[in-house]
Amino acid sequence: MASTGIGAPKSQHVGRIFLRAAVTLLMVASLNFILFRIIPGDPAALLLGGARTSVTAEQMEAQRQNWGLDRPLFPDQVVDYLSASLHGDFGYSFKFRGRHVSDLILERLPATVALVGLAQFIAILCGVMLGLYAGWRRGGAVDHIVTGASLALYSTPSFWLGMLLVVIFSTALGWLPGYGAYSPGAISGSLDWLIDYLRHLALPVTAVTLGLIGQYVVVARAAMSDVVTEDYMVTARAKGLNRGQMLMRHAFRNAMLPVVTLITLNLGYVVAGAITVEAVFAWPGIGGLTVEALNARDYPVLQGIFLLLGASIVVANLVTDLAYGILDPRVRQ
Amino acid sequence: MIDCSQSGVPLLEVDGLSVDYGLKGVSLRAIDGVSFALGAGQAVALVGESGSGKTTTAMAIAGLLSPNARVGSGEVRYRGNRLPIDDDAAMRPHRWSETSVIFQGAMNALNPVHRVIKQIAEPCMLKLGMSCGEATARARELLELVGIPADRGAAYPHELSGGMRQRVMIAMALACRPSIVIGDEPTTALDVITQAQILKLLGELRSQLNLALILITHDLSVVAECCDHVMIMYSGRIVEDGTVAEIFAKPNHPYTRLLIESIPNPASGKRIIRPIPGDPPNLMNRPSGCAFHRRCPSAMAVCATEVPSLDTFGLGRVACHLHQSLTQEDKVAAHA
Repeated sequence: MASTGIGAPKSQHVGRIFLRAAVTLLMVASLNFILFRIIPGDPAALLLGGARTSVTAEQMEAQRQNWGLDRPLFPDQVVDYLSASLHGDFGYSFKFRGRHVSDLILERLPATVALVGLAQFIAILCGVMLGLYAGWRRGGAVDHIVTGASLALYSTPSFWLGMLLVVIFSTALGWLPGYGAYSPGAISGSLDWLIDYLRHLALPVTAVTLGLIGQYVVVARAAMSDVVTEDYMVTARAKGLNRGQMLMRHAFRNAMLPVVTLITLNLGYVVAGAITVEAVFAWPGIGGLTVEALNARDYPVLQGIFLLLGASIVVANLVTDLAYGILDPRVRQ
Repeated sequence: MIDCSQSGVPLLEVDGLSVDYGLKGVSLRAIDGVSFALGAGQAVALVGESGSGKTTTAMAIAGLLSPNARVGSGEVRYRGNRLPIDDDAAMRPHRWSETSVIFQGAMNALNPVHRVIKQIAEPCMLKLGMSCGEATARARELLELVGIPADRGAAYPHELSGGMRQRVMIAMALACRPSIVIGDEPTTALDVITQAQILKLLGELRSQLNLALILITHDLSVVAECCDHVMIMYSGRIVEDGTVAEIFAKPNHPYTRLLIESIPNPASGKRIIRPIPGDPPNLMNRPSGCAFHRRCPSAMAVCATEVPSLDTFGLGRVACHLHQSLTQEDKVAAHA
């Protein structure tokens, strides 16, 4: 019976969502190109390490020709950039000389996905359930405790929580490692390695989770407390449904609508990493790479990271639109 | 108006019912000593202004009092048995199977994320223990019964017009073959033509299924169209009841009379509508005696001090000192 309520969104609607995502992605990529070109400084000079005094004008010109920088910005260079990006070629890093940006990013991606992905998963599971329960039993003891605690966590910076965790659980108690992802000498793939990795993961995941959970609690609670005052809940009660049936059959799906939006939008940030928390724990993820690239003025790497972030946000929006179309029949037209 | 069924016991008896709402430590009496009986297949209208207690009365009968409501005194009997109206869990088996409700403004009363056929079939599955297929078949029958092609059941509430949604609501109310259907202003949100169609449908279904109908409304024209009895409520009390024909022809309570006079009547040629002066009383601070005495053109000294009892008068009942024998001289004075 539950399946009868869920229908496929109309194909026209889906087509529009995809078209919109494609156009947005194109604009994001173009902006990403322009952004790095309006930064003061000649790319050729940056490429040569900025040591202009020892570089002759001929050498500079040769670099410009070599990288196509002598050609007009528009359309030649923009088209080159977009077409290369489309083929997965994001150029070469300045700092890690000669290495592909895409290789650098792919190397760091698993650590970030493990950290932020796991933290999101735990925060969604706990936060949404607590929030829905607090909203269902609004004004109860659980509601007061959960809402108070989430607001406190929501307003606390997660890097500060991270430092606190390090001080308590690593420095003072010595239970868990406080930085890095591996102990020296661990053999990749073994069970010991996995346990070691998870031990390293524990504190940063806790910090990111605590930073995210408040948001889910607040949104889920607000959604549920709106739903319980709706007229259709009175209808459900009048139909003789018990509290559990009212919650599962009528309240849950309506309350999940705003929550699903938040979840899918946040999933876009999984690849972006948690810059501050990764910095606190010296976590070898995308966030750490971003900081390194910033310090070294490694523009191609930054450009690659920005494009990845932009693309994942666009994809997350796409998923949100599609999911919403399935969950809420009112947006399917 | 007691119309006994074969067993000699009325279908529904409300006996001295008072309901209080607790608001921030203050107790507020929403209905005060309401008594009436309803026979199978009868249609009665509960008429009154906002805050007169008509909805509280109906919700008490349906066992849908809100958690901050307390039954102060009295009881409701269904087929002679006392209903546990202040016990949410104990009322569950009664709800929808015996008494169902057609809510006003069916847009919000229907769940926006479920197809309407599912919402009609739901009580059939949960209350009657039907399988999914049987319940769907029953829901299709019900849709046809209220004049909606069964295939439209696949629609979501927002895809239907206001009148269609109200029909869906009616189909839903009939799902478990209840003996009493309460219409909580079922036509308020509709245009006049749709309103007439819905009232006609309700009337037909009522005689076809031998339903007892309690219609809550503030619209007297609705009453005239589809009810045989009417109860006028004011400030939590019934002030007058009787058959529709009698009350419209010869209202006995001054409030009823003013209410009827305030209906615009294009046929009479009178351009001016006479509103009732003053405001409905504040329930936090109900006037002493008859709650209507401050607005009543025929008020007497006794009206401010003594609550008039609801006594048999003619073929109906009326709660007014004008019609109580003990104040004969006052009555003469008032009419002079």
